[in-house]
This record gives sequence, C-alpha cells and structure tokens, in this order.
Amino acid sequence: MKTDDVKRNRKNPWNKEVKKNWPLYVLCIPALVFVLIFAYGPMVGLVIAFQDYKPWLGMMHSTWIGLDNFARIFQQEEATQAIINTLIIAVIKIIVGVIVPIAMAILLSELRNVGVKKSIQTLVYLPHFLSWVTVAGIMIDILGLDGGINHFLANVFGTKPIFFLGDPGLFRPTVIISDLWKNFGFGMIVYLATITGIDPSYYEAAEIDGATRRQQTWHVTLPTMLPMIIVISTLSLGSILDAGFDQIFNLYNPLVYSTGDIIDTYVYRASLLNGQYGFGTAVGLFKSGISFILIIISYRIAYKVANYKIF
Amino acid sequence: MYHKSKGYKIFSFFNYIFLILIALTCLLPLLHLLAQSFSSKAAVNGDLVSFWPVDFNTESYAKTFNNSNFTGSMLISVIRTVLGTLISMFVITTAGYALSKDFRGRNALMWIFVFTMLFSGGLIPSYILVSSLGLKNTIWALVLPGAFGAYNMILLMNFFKTIPKALEEAAFIDGASFFGIFWRIYLPLSLPGLATVGLFIMVGHWNSWFDGILYMSDTTQYPLASFLQTIVVQGSAQNMALSPSEAAVMSEQSIKAAQIFISTLPIILVYPFLQRFFVKGIVLGAVKE
Repeated sequence: MKTDDVKRNRKNPWNKEVKKNWPLYVLCIPALVFVLIFAYGPMVGLVIAFQDYKPWLGMMHSTWIGLDNFARIFQQEEATQAIINTLIIAVIKIIVGVIVPIAMAILLSELRNVGVKKSIQTLVYLPHFLSWVTVAGIMIDILGLDGGINHFLANVFGTKPIFFLGDPGLFRPTVIISDLWKNFGFGMIVYLATITGIDPSYYEAAEIDGATRRQQTWHVTLPTMLPMIIVISTLSLGSILDAGFDQIFNLYNPLVYSTGDIIDTYVYRASLLNGQYGFGTAVGLFKSGISFILIIISYRIAYKVANYKIF
Repeated sequence: MYHKSKGYKIFSFFNYIFLILIALTCLLPLLHLLAQSFSSKAAVNGDLVSFWPVDFNTESYAKTFNNSNFTGSMLISVIRTVLGTLISMFVITTAGYALSKDFRGRNALMWIFVFTMLFSGGLIPSYILVSSLGLKNTIWALVLPGAFGAYNMILLMNFFKTIPKALEEAAFIDGASFFGIFWRIYLPLSLPGLATVGLFIMVGHWNSWFDGILYMSDTTQYPLASFLQTIVVQGSAQNMALSPSEAAVMSEQSIKAAQIFISTLPIILVYPFLQRFFVKGIVLGAVKE
C-alpha cells in the first residue's frame, strides 16, 4: 500500500501536492493575476522600443526599425546629458545617503535622555512621509528669490538673493540636500536597530580595557554595523540610475535642464509630451536593462559578503 | 568610566544641541506653512511670517473648502485611498500567507513575484496598457496598476513566518479549517505587520500624484495630490478659483499654504500610529538571517 503511494507520487507528484495544498495555490491566484496583467503586461509593450511606434497603428502595425531608437540615445545630446546627470545625482545621493544615516544613528545612540531621543526620532522620520509635491511646495516658497532662506542670508551675511532652483550650478546640491533632509531619518532606522542590538558586555569589556567612548565606537559599534552597512550600500547600487523622478520633476524647470534633467524626466518629456513613444520606451528599456544587471550583481555581492537573501 | 570624563561631557552637550537643531529643521518648514496659511496677505507678501501667524485669520481655509475643485479632488483621494488599500491588502495578504508556507512550486511563484521588483516595462508601455484596457479617466487607473507590491508582500510573508507552527497544529487538531486558521490565527497575530504595510500603502495612495496627471485627461478628475501639483509646481492659479476682488485681499501664497497643509494633515494624523509600528516592520524586513 505504502509503496503504491510512493509509486503514484513518483509518476505525478503534483496530484498529491495539489490535493493537499490546494488552498495555498488558490490564495496565490489574485496576486498572480495582478502581476501578470500590470507587471508582465507592460513588458510585452517593450517591443515598441524596436519600432517607429504610431499610436494609431498600434503595436501590431507600426514599422520595425531594429535598434535605431537605441542608437539615437547616444546621438541625442539631451539624452546623453540626462544619463550623465542621472549618474552624478544618484551616485552622490547614494554616498551621502549611506554615510549620513550611519553617523546620525551613532550620534543619536549616544543620547541618554530617552524622552529627548524619542522626540528627535519622531521628528526626523516625519519628512519621509510627506509627498514630494508637498516638499516642493515648501521649497519653492522658502528657496525663492524673496523666500525665507534668502531673507535670512541677506539679513545675516548681507548676500544678494540666490536663485537656488534656477541656477544650473546650484540645482544638484539643492536636490541632494533636500533628498537627504527628507530621507536620512528613515535610512537611519535599520542602523539604529543594529546599534541597539549590540550586546552591552562588549562595551563593558572594552571599558575595562580602558577604551574611551570614541575607541568603543570605532572598535565595537562600527565593526558590528559593518555587515548591515555592506548590505545596504551594495543593494543601493541597483538604484544607480534612479535619481528620483518625483523630486526632480517637481523642482526642475528649463533653466536647469543642463544639470538637472534625468533619464526619467527626459523619457516623460520625449515621449508623452513630444509623442516619441518608441524612442522614450527605448531610453526606458536601456535604463531598466542596466538597472537589472546592476541589481543582480549587487544582490550577489550582498549574498557573498554578508549572506543576505531577498527571501 | 567614560560618562564622567570631561571630554565626553562636552561632546554630549554639543551632541544634544546638534541633534535637536537637526530635528527642528524637520519640523519648522511645516510650522512655517501653517503660519502662512493663517496670516493676512500683507504679512505674507511682505515676508513677515516666520513660524507664527501674523494678523491671524482663517479666510484661506474658508476659501479652500469653498473651492469645489479642491473638495472634489479630496473626495477622489479619499475614495482612491480606501479602495486602493483594501484591494492591495487583499492581494498581498493572500499571496504573502501562501508563500510563507512550503509547497511545491513555491520558489517558482516567488521568482515570478520578485522579478517585478527587478525589472519593469517602464512608463510608456504601462501607459499604453492602462489606456488599452480602457482604464483611463476612471478611478481604476489609480488603484489597479500598483495594487500588488512585491516588497510589501515579502514583509508580510516574513511576519507570517514568525508565528509558531505549533499554534497552527493545535488549531488544526481542534478542528479548524485551513481558512479558519488563516482568518482566526494568522491575521490577528500579524496585526502589527498588517498595520505597518497597510499604513504604508495608505500613505502611498494619498501622496501619489503622477498617475493622476498621467491617466486623467480631465483636471476635475485629479486626486488631491495631482491637483496640488498643478497649483504648487505648475503654478496654475486659476485652479484656486480666486475672483479678482478676492485676489486683492487674499494672498495666493496663504491659500497654497492652506491647501498643502490640509493635504498633509491626514499624514500627520496617522503618523503617530504609523510610527509605532514601522520601525519594527522595517527592521524585520531588512534584517534577516
């Protein structure tokens, strides 16, 4: 009897599995339907990157032009500039976005007063939950020529008004600092949790050996945080072509296209505003393809170095 | 003992000051907005308002709530947030629960879901898809495309995994069915996880502005965040519905400030609840052995 069962299972292992676990399969169906339509569906649409797509002809009848759209990316000065801007903005954002939260987490963990510590935490997490539209609204107001910041600078240093959002040289720093302001608190959470989780006996041992607080931070806190730092920095490599559409779109203007236009904002303008659907899709596919490779590489590194798995 | 050393005391003092100042920079912009929204035109235009209202009045709020464009958008945002959160939660909870179990084909399914985090069709193909499904200018364009989020599902899956299997076995012996176990044991015990993810999704819907601009050709169909984008960023003052006589006495900036503040209020109100849960949620999602 038992060997019979085994035999049947060997022939068709799915039978028994489906009979036993059918509710699990059923529960996956809704998500599967959504993913197939709204995530895999658009991937089919990527074919228009290889077409001279005309909306009225559709995907089936537009002419195929091979890789022409991709070749144009490197001929179009605006497109190459957008790629360069993306890389510069994203790389700086990643670097400060790793260093500042680590530093802030270490500083915050030094506070002994629990009430003050909690209040500070609550406040620094808050901006992360505001939308970029809200933040842009505030920034456009306070960074304007007659806004609060210029007012302050004029009163204290007597400087002439600075056009933060209209000066190509100042646009990138403005974008990076405002992104940092909005997100450093949130980035800090994991580091803070890691520090809280450090076994106090390490510090006690270090103290008995005569280590000062600075030495303790250097030789106990940082090494313990290292795996987490490695994981987060390698994983952020995958977002090297994401310079933040929501933010840039709400802050930029034609005056700062030369330094502020990024791939995603360029795709929006080139395709939806100017009707070059095939070309816009090619730029987007170029971005997704490179990001995909980078994410795979960074996940591998994170797995090798810190034994990190996505699931 | 380092606590007593002079150097550490000096460091500690400056550390407190520094961190309190940083925390204030996160609060002051919002206070500035609030102060502007309650101030008079002369005070706002003369740039006299910092963090406290000057010539206190509530006309900007009266005007904002009398503007049918604003209240209409707000209603659309409320509907979209409620509907979108319910649908999303249903989809990711069911899949997250199933995938927290071991069964044949699980890994293949998992990869199908995770792949969507790594690669996407991008803006134009998504736009074409939504248009050809006939969703443009309907609330479904705002709710359906983003309903499934792999990251949120993985968060929930990890929550479900932390619940001891012995509990499930005991319930099964007591005669509970599969769905009974899911409904009566797993869901109530995962409440912190469900709350974290649910609130993230709610905030996401409330703040989402680009899909409204993309998929609604009629500006009266915009959700609040998209409506606000046209006012705040594109500076289209006519959406504020100010008549010339009103424009003479009311400041555009204080109406803008009132509108931004009202749209941010729900976030500020759910934030204390959100904050209680999300630290644990984030850490659980990121730190895994």
